[in-house]
Amino acid sequence: MPLELVFLIEQLLNGLLVGVAYLLIALGLSLIFSLGGIVNLAHGGFYAIGAYIGVEIGNRFGFPAAFVAAPLSVAVIGMVVERLLFSRFYRADPILSLLLTFGLAMVIEQALRMTFGATPIPFAIPEFLKGQVFVGEFIYSRYRIAILLVAAAAVLGLWLLLQRTAFGRVVRAGVQNPDMVGALGISLRPYLTAVAAIGIGLAGLAGIMLAPISGVHPAMGAEILTAAFVVVVIGGLGSFWGVVLAGLLVGLVRGLTVYFIPPAAEASMYLLMLMVLLLRPRGLFGERILRFE
Amino acid sequence: MKDTSHPASLASAPLARRTLLKGVGAAALLGGVGMPAIVRAQADTITFGHLTPLTGFLGPLGAYGQMGVQLAVEELNAVGGINGRKINLVMEDSVNPATASSKAERYIERDKVPVIIGEISSASALAISQVAARNKVVFVNTGGNSDALRGKDCNRYMFHVEGANTQYVKAVGAAMVRDGLVKGKKLFFLTADYAFGHDLSRVAKRYITANGGEVVADELVPTDATDFSPYLLKVRQARPDVVISNLAGNQITNFIKQYSEFGLKYPFGGFGFDTAVAWGAGKGTFGGLWPMIWHHDVPAADSKAFVAAFVKKFGKPPENQAWGDYVATKVVARAMIETKSTTAADLIGFFEKEPELDILKGRKGYFRAWDHQLIQEMYTVTARPVAEVKDQWDLMILGPAVPGPETALSAIAPTPEENACTFPA
Repeated sequence: MPLELVFLIEQLLNGLLVGVAYLLIALGLSLIFSLGGIVNLAHGGFYAIGAYIGVEIGNRFGFPAAFVAAPLSVAVIGMVVERLLFSRFYRADPILSLLLTFGLAMVIEQALRMTFGATPIPFAIPEFLKGQVFVGEFIYSRYRIAILLVAAAAVLGLWLLLQRTAFGRVVRAGVQNPDMVGALGISLRPYLTAVAAIGIGLAGLAGIMLAPISGVHPAMGAEILTAAFVVVVIGGLGSFWGVVLAGLLVGLVRGLTVYFIPPAAEASMYLLMLMVLLLRPRGLFGERILRFE
Repeated sequence: MKDTSHPASLASAPLARRTLLKGVGAAALLGGVGMPAIVRAQADTITFGHLTPLTGFLGPLGAYGQMGVQLAVEELNAVGGINGRKINLVMEDSVNPATASSKAERYIERDKVPVIIGEISSASALAISQVAARNKVVFVNTGGNSDALRGKDCNRYMFHVEGANTQYVKAVGAAMVRDGLVKGKKLFFLTADYAFGHDLSRVAKRYITANGGEVVADELVPTDATDFSPYLLKVRQARPDVVISNLAGNQITNFIKQYSEFGLKYPFGGFGFDTAVAWGAGKGTFGGLWPMIWHHDVPAADSKAFVAAFVKKFGKPPENQAWGDYVATKVVARAMIETKSTTAADLIGFFEKEPELDILKGRKGYFRAWDHQLIQEMYTVTARPVAEVKDQWDLMILGPAVPGPETALSAIAPTPEENACTFPA
């Protein structure tokens, strides 16, 4: 195989992997919006909280403890936020929930700054995941392979939950027609809380997983949120696999752009979004959801 | 009943009353905002204006800049201020060039500041310097590195405590040449895609080429990029001899973390650096060879006193940005004390005589008259072996001061040929 091609394929695979990391954040964002109609601008904030909790627990009890505790505690925070704040805005003008979560995002960032300081805090890859894997010409960071496995497991688990369980059937019905679900005598309330906990918990999981390779600082949530939104928009609302495909696509396009025109790397996903929206205004696999039309 | 603000309508119209109450509230708010200005304008204090980014990728450094200026003002006021007049400090987040410019305007008009200190972003420093020049107020740049600020954009009212990119490049460049990382070697650049990065890359290429090295790639990295894996794969593909970062702020932390993650074996380093960046990478991850304008291990006696006072007040050692804002405040105060004046003309006249200044380093420094750059020693740092690291701040081994004791301090500063400056009349 010509070496040039090897490096190109390597970039593409790497891009896919970066896309998977976006996915953890984008799926939760999409889920919360699809069911409750809340555009959660504070989602990046929960990602940052996950990283900080992870660092605090990791420094005391080791990485495995942090890996379990960070997403769970962020999910609990998510549940409280849903009960106290989101639940008041499901039937309100969307602009209100937008303002609420925008404010919440700023409060979270500032609270992290006041508690932990503005400077990035160190957090290293755990010893047992350090190092690289070589396959022929390809090099891979062992830690990133771990991220890939965790993310893939989370995506698969979420899909099974939504497709194969009674819980998932109610959630999917609620996305399409909440009034009908109500008429059938099922209250969506607990489902909304559970979905917020899962979605926000996934952001916390992304936080702890990415903390060792990217800077842990108060504004880290704002850094990643835009990319996650782009993934949701490209994938299309209400579509699970649309978001998954979009995450991979964004990573792929970014990898290609870095290879050929590096200064345009961050701009590439917006261009992709523009093209997708021109051809398919609802996103790749976006469903027609009446109440959002 | 349309005239809602007329007091006569108060009794008969509840709606109008509410509007009026809002008006009262708004007026009270305005009063509250306006009041401090009156207090500040009192003749027995001198107001120093401080601006620096607190948000964005330079925000972490700005937080230290604020600590530095606070400590300096506190110490000065404790010994009688400036000829008996207390210093009153006002500080704000400069955010971006446009906001920095309007806040500088407001300091000058509302607070009547005779001096503005601070900044980290080269772009915002330029914006502030233009306001300062227009209003004939001194601006001391404590964190903007670009050579252009001292060259084509220079002006008589701006002084630079922060080192120019050329000073950084020549300081760490000499160490790289010494270690055999330049002559006949292939260097791979990663450059932040904005004013600072472009300027640094230009200056660094000039130095590398002049010393017999070859820059084989210069990849521009968007300032919002957090994942460096695709760039590191390109480095591996290019198989260079040395990898160089011309990045800034938090991006250097991410770069170092991921460089270690991918286990690349090429020696690496960079031409711009701040201590907080290494603190963020942490023990065992931090590596490379970097330039440093000041570090809390600098052995000078006054430097140790500053570190002790800082640790006492803030509970952690000062980052190099704290040094910059501290030193700038102290030298401005000295100029005001010695000239018994706060006018720009007198302060500029004082500094342009090139008096020796205490800057918490082994050798004293001075502002060079033709471009107002602080001519000073620089340092280099490398990673301390993990086993020897005492605490989370103790990650670096500080190299000897550059230039050495036998060489003139100006040897590492930009020459008039490299960076000509003519002050606009």
